[in-house]
Amino acid sequence: MQRSFLLYFLITLIGLIFIGRLFQLQIIKHESYDPIHNAAVKIMYDYPERGYVYDRNGKLLIANQLSYDVMVQPNQVKELDTLEFCKLLNIDKEEFLKRFKRAEKYASYLPSVFLKQLAKEDFAFLQEKLHKYRGFYIQKRIIRDYPIKAAANVLGYIGEVNEQKARKNDYYQQGELEGKDGIERQYEDVLRGRKGKKYLHRNRFNKVTGSFKDGIYDTLPENGKDLMLTLDIELQAYAQQLMRGKRGGIVAIEPATGEILALVTAPSYDPNMLVGRKRSKNSVALFNDTINKPSYDRGLLAAYAPGSPFKMMNALIGLQEKVITEQTGFSCYGGYRYGNRAHEFMKCHCDIYGRPLKLKTAIARSCNSYFSNTYKRIVEKDNNPSEGLDKWHEHVASFGLGNYLGYDLPAGQKGLIPDGKYYDRRYRYSWNASTNISNAIGQGEVLTTPIQLANFTAAIANRGYFYTPHIVKKIDSSFIDNPNYRQAKKTTIDKKYFKPVVEAMHEVFKTGTGKYSQVKGIEICGKTGTAENFVIIEDVKKQLADHSILVAFAPKDNPKIALAVFVENGGYGSTIAAPITSLMIEKYINGEISPRNKYRELNMLNKSLQDIYDIQLQKPIEVASRTK
Amino acid sequence: MRQERNNIFAGIDWILVFLYIALVGFGWVNIYAASRTEDSNQILDLTTKYGKQLIWIGLSVPLVIAILFFNSKFYEKYASILYLISIFSLILLFPFGKEINGAKSWFNFGFMGLQPSEFAKACTALAVAKLLSDRQYNFKLVKNQIKAFIIVFFPAFLIFLQPDAGSAIIYLSFFFVLNREGLTLNYILLGSGFIILFILTIFFGYKWVVTISFLLTTILVVYLFYRGGKRFFRFNWHKILSVYLIIGVFIVGTGYIYKNVLPIHQKDRFDILLGKKIDNKGIGYNSYQSELTISSGGFNGKGFLKGDLTQGDFVPEQHTDYIFSTVGEEWGFIGSSLVIILFMLLLYRIIYLAETHSNKFGRIYGYGLASILFFHVIVNIGMVIGLLPTVGIPLPFFSYGGSSLWGFTILLFIFIRLDAHKNYDF
Repeated sequence: MQRSFLLYFLITLIGLIFIGRLFQLQIIKHESYDPIHNAAVKIMYDYPERGYVYDRNGKLLIANQLSYDVMVQPNQVKELDTLEFCKLLNIDKEEFLKRFKRAEKYASYLPSVFLKQLAKEDFAFLQEKLHKYRGFYIQKRIIRDYPIKAAANVLGYIGEVNEQKARKNDYYQQGELEGKDGIERQYEDVLRGRKGKKYLHRNRFNKVTGSFKDGIYDTLPENGKDLMLTLDIELQAYAQQLMRGKRGGIVAIEPATGEILALVTAPSYDPNMLVGRKRSKNSVALFNDTINKPSYDRGLLAAYAPGSPFKMMNALIGLQEKVITEQTGFSCYGGYRYGNRAHEFMKCHCDIYGRPLKLKTAIARSCNSYFSNTYKRIVEKDNNPSEGLDKWHEHVASFGLGNYLGYDLPAGQKGLIPDGKYYDRRYRYSWNASTNISNAIGQGEVLTTPIQLANFTAAIANRGYFYTPHIVKKIDSSFIDNPNYRQAKKTTIDKKYFKPVVEAMHEVFKTGTGKYSQVKGIEICGKTGTAENFVIIEDVKKQLADHSILVAFAPKDNPKIALAVFVENGGYGSTIAAPITSLMIEKYINGEISPRNKYRELNMLNKSLQDIYDIQLQKPIEVASRTK
Repeated sequence: MRQERNNIFAGIDWILVFLYIALVGFGWVNIYAASRTEDSNQILDLTTKYGKQLIWIGLSVPLVIAILFFNSKFYEKYASILYLISIFSLILLFPFGKEINGAKSWFNFGFMGLQPSEFAKACTALAVAKLLSDRQYNFKLVKNQIKAFIIVFFPAFLIFLQPDAGSAIIYLSFFFVLNREGLTLNYILLGSGFIILFILTIFFGYKWVVTISFLLTTILVVYLFYRGGKRFFRFNWHKILSVYLIIGVFIVGTGYIYKNVLPIHQKDRFDILLGKKIDNKGIGYNSYQSELTISSGGFNGKGFLKGDLTQGDFVPEQHTDYIFSTVGEEWGFIGSSLVIILFMLLLYRIIYLAETHSNKFGRIYGYGLASILFFHVIVNIGMVIGLLPTVGIPLPFFSYGGSSLWGFTILLFIFIRLDAHKNYDF
């Protein structure tokens, strides 16, 4: 009997361990067992309608349309007359087999999309006949519709949630739609609403056998909210037309509120291209075009050298730091010498030789020497150029340059405004104002995006403050109340110093570089710019055609619109950017282009820079000299 | 008395028969629940698993009668021949077996398949009983121990080559039998020790385990030295050295083999069980689903045919190896504990009866039977409730499958036959 003890003991021990484990599984762990989220319960979603989007004048920009998918559940399909069925769907037999196999491969007991997004006419016809074919049925889907073919970059698009996100996020299921770019992405939570859920019992054949626990867990869908944008779609579409055949970005802001009136990137595309059956083909074309980059929002993302408009910045800082006054004069001898060597000379085209210029003239004629002198004084005001530049940087940053602006769109770019540390690191503490004198005229290291520069212009138009630019005005019927967009941000420059600068900008359009782009009856203040730009090809720095730049606001008193226009490789600011600016201002303020300016409109609509782009693609215009 | 001896049911232990019927019956109920499909509602539908199983169950009645028909002396007399036949059938598998899931474990007769390894267990138990019950046989001799090992492990080796490691493992259960008949327990302790070292090595990596087990060994050596004095070292130094060597080689070897030699799917099974890896959709799917299914049953269970996970067919192989999860879901803690208790009762009863045998042959066979059943229950239920790695062997009397049902029926009823006759033997 003694020897049998071991086996008795082990049987008892194992038996107790097993019962203990069952106790743990079925009584302790059962507490946390979730009867809802398991394979035997099917969750059906009830999708709410996605919110509509309007422009500032109530014009419909994004609506919804119904689309019909043919679904198939392969294990329910019985024998069918393939030929007739193919005819019905307007596909051939091979296509039928290919699609059917794909559905089977996915899962024969689960429904999958057989044919996407039928035309409405086909649907009506098909609906009558489809009941004959077991396993096939039609599912309604809501897709986006864009009644006005503009502002694709602002509106963005929706697309299917990818597997990775679906796994991480507990709201989305794979294959559901979400905003992928633009406001569709930024305001996803607002637009999408909240889907309703129905819990159903299903058996192993995925067949629904009834509602789960009489629907006590079910929820109703919550509709998405509508958005009203700050955009003026007419102005936007007009600007897009003007930018045809050109590359660049335009941003227009209402200075009094910070509302973005137009946000243009060129080239752009029709937002309807990313909807429906053609979508996948089109998206390849759009996203893989690395030359024109239609999906790249230049208005928000392209960091350009700001060029001459940046001279106003230096003027304002000079005044604020009291290194110049309105009356200070600097003489120009065809340029500015910043070093002893022959090439250390910055040319100037102000055409006023040897006579001292004052601030107003300097801005109007865009004198490089004047601002080089000013910049040097700002930087060297303190003993140490690094401290001087830090102070300079602080002023520039107060205009929202050199950092993300904080607008409500999902794309952004900091740009670059160097500070003392930047050069300390780069030149190991041995540098002075002359080292980076190009910053005086908006070249060199300084980089800004069009929206930053437009905001800078708005701050000048407001004489010292700005509202963070934003794109949404109302959600459903209530105005946005985000303090970031509703409270003015003050710059570090006193109001009184703006007066001479604004006067000078006015002078630009009266007598200066913008005089050929005047609009009768509207007092435009602005500044042209022509920025050199370079590209590095195989380690060699090569120069491309200059960018054409202009910033402006109008009218001079109580300004309604401030904008920045960048046209890539457009040459002088006065030749392309200026007329486009003036047309936009006229359009926005007067609502139409007066007959006398029609020639200007026609000129710009027909102007194409494609030839230059094509040539540049083959070989850059010239190899840059070592100076710049 | 004469009359009774002619009645084949005379003297049989009805408790065992009752437990057998209870397990087989409840097993079928669960096979029905697990394999029922929507289009098949006929109980005797031969295209369904439960229909086929019902046939197997029905056919085991004549099988049982046939077994009981023979005199118990017959089994003792022909044990060696039955053993040789089963070895032969295992060998024949290599040329003629049908390959299913990568293993040649089946003979295919068109209308049915037979799995010789299910019958080999009974034959091996008979052979071991025969060998050990021989009056000439002295288990103290190493030569005889080796003989016993060969009888046990030769069929296991053939099954291992099929390859069907799960069924081969079962032969380890004969250690209980050998132990009962005088084999020192040290083999089992040693084996368990190595298994524990193996698991610890996989879990913590060999460096830690080597360090700690050397430390423990050293403490033990110091203790023995303290007790035995200098003489202890003088006479045992080579033993001490080899203990260190064996432990070291085993642990490092395990670590190496585990890391570099073991096929990835087997490695994953260990990793998942030890919680080193979570993969509820791939290789860990079975265990995960089966645990989930069991725990969803709760205390009372969801009721017959009402287990939505069972009915939804979410546990793979649920009618065979994972049948216990059906019990867990539909019959709850009560039902599944009852099954375990039924098995415990069955085992207790077998051992109890075996100990009452005055005939050594019957006692040893009874121990073989109990050990085999015990091992199956441990490995199968342990796997289903997530305590042991995935090893595909059936739950005795419960799982779907003719060969396994018949194999266990033969195993059990030979014992019942032997037991019924024990009073006449002397």
